[in-house]
This record gives sequence, structure tokens and C-alpha cells, in this order.
Amino acid sequence: MSAFRVILAKDLRVELRTLQSVPAMALFALTAFVLFRFGLDRESLDGSLAAGVILATVLFAAILAVNRLFVAEREEGGFDAIRLAPVDPAALFAAKAVALVAYLVVLEAIALPAFGFLFLDDWAGLLPLAGVLLLADAGIAAVGVLVSAIGVHSRARELIVPLLLLPLLVPVMIAAAGAAEPLLAAGGPDYDGVGRWIAMLALYDAVFLAIGYAVYDFLLED
Amino acid sequence: MVSQVASVHGEPGAVASRPAPAAVRAAGLGRSYGEVVALRDVSFELAAGATLCVLGPNGSGKTTLVRILATLLRPSQGSVEVLGAELPRRAWRARGRIGLVGHEPLLYRDLTVGENLAFHARLHGVDRGGERIGELLAAVRMERRAGEPVRNLSAGMAQRVAVCRAVLHRPDLLLLDEPRSHLDPQAAGLVEPLIGAGAGATRVLVSHDPGWALAESERALVLAAGGTVAYQGPASGVSPGDARAAYEGSRP
Repeated sequence: MSAFRVILAKDLRVELRTLQSVPAMALFALTAFVLFRFGLDRESLDGSLAAGVILATVLFAAILAVNRLFVAEREEGGFDAIRLAPVDPAALFAAKAVALVAYLVVLEAIALPAFGFLFLDDWAGLLPLAGVLLLADAGIAAVGVLVSAIGVHSRARELIVPLLLLPLLVPVMIAAAGAAEPLLAAGGPDYDGVGRWIAMLALYDAVFLAIGYAVYDFLLED
Repeated sequence: MVSQVASVHGEPGAVASRPAPAAVRAAGLGRSYGEVVALRDVSFELAAGATLCVLGPNGSGKTTLVRILATLLRPSQGSVEVLGAELPRRAWRARGRIGLVGHEPLLYRDLTVGENLAFHARLHGVDRGGERIGELLAAVRMERRAGEPVRNLSAGMAQRVAVCRAVLHRPDLLLLDEPRSHLDPQAAGLVEPLIGAGAGATRVLVSHDPGWALAESERALVLAAGGTVAYQGPASGVSPGDARAAYEGSRP
């Protein structure tokens, strides 16, 4: 079994056993929707406002998982144990990124129906929106793993992670919102111009995955 | 006394040029954390299958030295070669051939004992990992705890599992940083066949028990404030008694 699969299986097993990240993310998202519902005082949303609500909620929920991504490796010696093994450090980067994508997919499986129930008159845009969110998840994961690996060594981890992560994710937010807005338009999804934003998201994902692969070994060094 | 032993018997740099095959060879090794010097000008060599004990008071750089040898920390000065791999450039060649028992057990608290060892066995590509794990747990009398989460274990039990983790892949070099901490005499006896002199591996042994450590070792390195105060090695002229005296003299 490759190191990537071994580390990923370990992370998913620990999350299933401890439920430290995903339930907190889901609860956060549901609470945020309720707050938006009453804060905006609107019974339904569409277009840019709907896109902003779902994307901001997913982004802030992701911070909860990013903060915890390397805590076990740091506090329980996983970094040392993995570095003592004859494995490519990129396997750790890849496994953490895929684990984070998995957490986000589970979150969205819960959050999207709730979002539709609370805010949408027409659910037709939700399926294509899920595709946009999947691309956004890859970008969040690529940057999130790098930021988490930097922040985990700091005592101010819970402050450092969002301060570094959110500015780096502005392009993801812009591109995902650009793609999601026509999908959530009043009267049903409109696909004009979505491809341009999807391409931008995919480019962002590719760039940060490549950067992560290139620099990850250095982040693990003492 | 301390500085006298260091100046007479320390041999920094000299060992680096010696062509004899060695499992570990360090010359002028140093490590700083910013302006804080944790280790400076440490030189020694260790033949394959031999044991070096490292003695010194708290803060003398013993753990820093072990982490450098484990490829977990880059040296700031000097050169070091472990199992024929120059560090840190060729660290990948040594990884997988080193077993580390350190201050932390390197076990995930939310996984069971068996899951932790299986994780490490897979990372190291251990053949017939399940069988090997069973043997090791039986050796340290932890087989009945295989299904228990590590968070439920006492410190001594976790240390026994940590020893299993360190030797799971049959390493050529064992780095043992106070391996008997948390262990009662009976448990220390259980881990002895795995990490003792009979284990067959080259060993670097850090301990605060000079009597036991010197009895286990062919060579000794005494550190204080990051530097070498005595090195008992070939042609050093330092006896185990001198090393022990240097250790006693180095304590605050």
C-alpha cells in the first residue's frame, strides 16, 4: 500500500472515530445559514447574494478543519514518525489535501440541501453548483494544507491560519462566486460565462497543488 | 576538571578523516536555534554493531544530537554520515533503516496499539507485518492490549509499544533517547532483547544512568552546554571511568 493511501486511511479512520472536524464544520454551516436567513431577512436568495452566502459559509467552515489538520502529527509525533519512514514527504501533503477535500465534500453533502431548503425557490442549480464547489474544495485544500503546516508550529495557530488562509483564497472566492452566480440565478441556472470561471478555478488549483508539492518538504524541516 | 578532560581527550575533526568503515561518523557537528547554540563541535565515530552512550546534564544537546542522527534536524555546522548517507543531503538513504525511541512514543492516541503498529509497518513496507506485530507485542507482553486505544495506556505501556514501533522494521541503527524512562525493572527487562546489546543493531544510547549506559557501550560521549567534554573512543586515552568522572563533573 502506498504511503499516500496509508496516511489517508489513518486520517479518515481517526476522523471517523473522533468526529473532531466534520461535525463541527456542519454545525457551523447550519448555524451560519440560520443567521444569514434572519440577518438578511429574506425568504429566498438568488444570484450573487446566494453564491456569496454558500461560498462564505463553506470557506469559514473549512478553517475549522484546516486548523486541526496537523494537530495530531504535531502533538503525537506523526511528523517525526512519517519522516523516519522511507516515504516521499509529498505523500503526506497529498494525503492531507485529499482528506480535507473529503471533509469538505461531506460538509457540502449536508450544507447544500440545507441551503436549498432555507434559501432557494429553484433547486436546479444545486447539482452544477456542487461541481463548482468541488473545484473550489481542491483549491482550499491545496492552500489549506500549506497554511496548516506553517501554522501548526505556532502557538498562535488559530490566529495565524485564518490570517494567512483567507487572503490566499480570495481568488478562489472570486472565481467560485463568478461561476456560482449564474447557476443560482432567479428562474433557473444560466451557463453563459461559467466556463471562464471554472477554468480560472482549475488553474488556481493546479498552481497551488504544484507549489505545495514543490515546497512541502521544506515546511516539514525543523 | 571538565575543560581539562575536553582539551586533552577531545578529538574534533580528527575522526572525520579516518577511512575505517563506520555506521555513524560526525565531525565538528553543531546546531543552533537562532542565537542559541544547542550543540557545538561534536565529533565521534561509531562502528557498525557497536554502541555509543551519550551522557550529559539537561540541556547539554543530547536530544538535539539524536534528532540530527535521526535525519529529523539539519545540522548548522560540521558534517555527519549515518549508515553511509551524508546528512542532510542524502537523508532519504538512511530513512527506513533507523529506529528511534525518544521522549514521545510517536503513537496516535486515538488509534489502537495494533492500528498504530500496522500504520508504521505499512509505512516501512514490513513484510508479513501482522505476524511481526504479534511477535513484538508478545515479547513486551502487550498482546492483550492490541485492541486498546493508546490514550488508555499508562506511560510505561506506551513506552513498551514505542519500542515495538521503533524495531518493527528491523533497523540497522537504533537511536535510544532514555529508552527506559517510565519502565519498571520488569518492563525494562522485557524490552532488553529488542533494544539491548543482543539486538544486533548499531546503537546510540542517551541516558542519565551512567553506570548502566557505560556498561552497555563500547564508546562514550559526554556533553555539556552543547559541547564535548569527553570522548571515549579508539586512541582517545579516555577510560569509562574518565567518562563517568567527566559526566559527574559536568552536572550543575
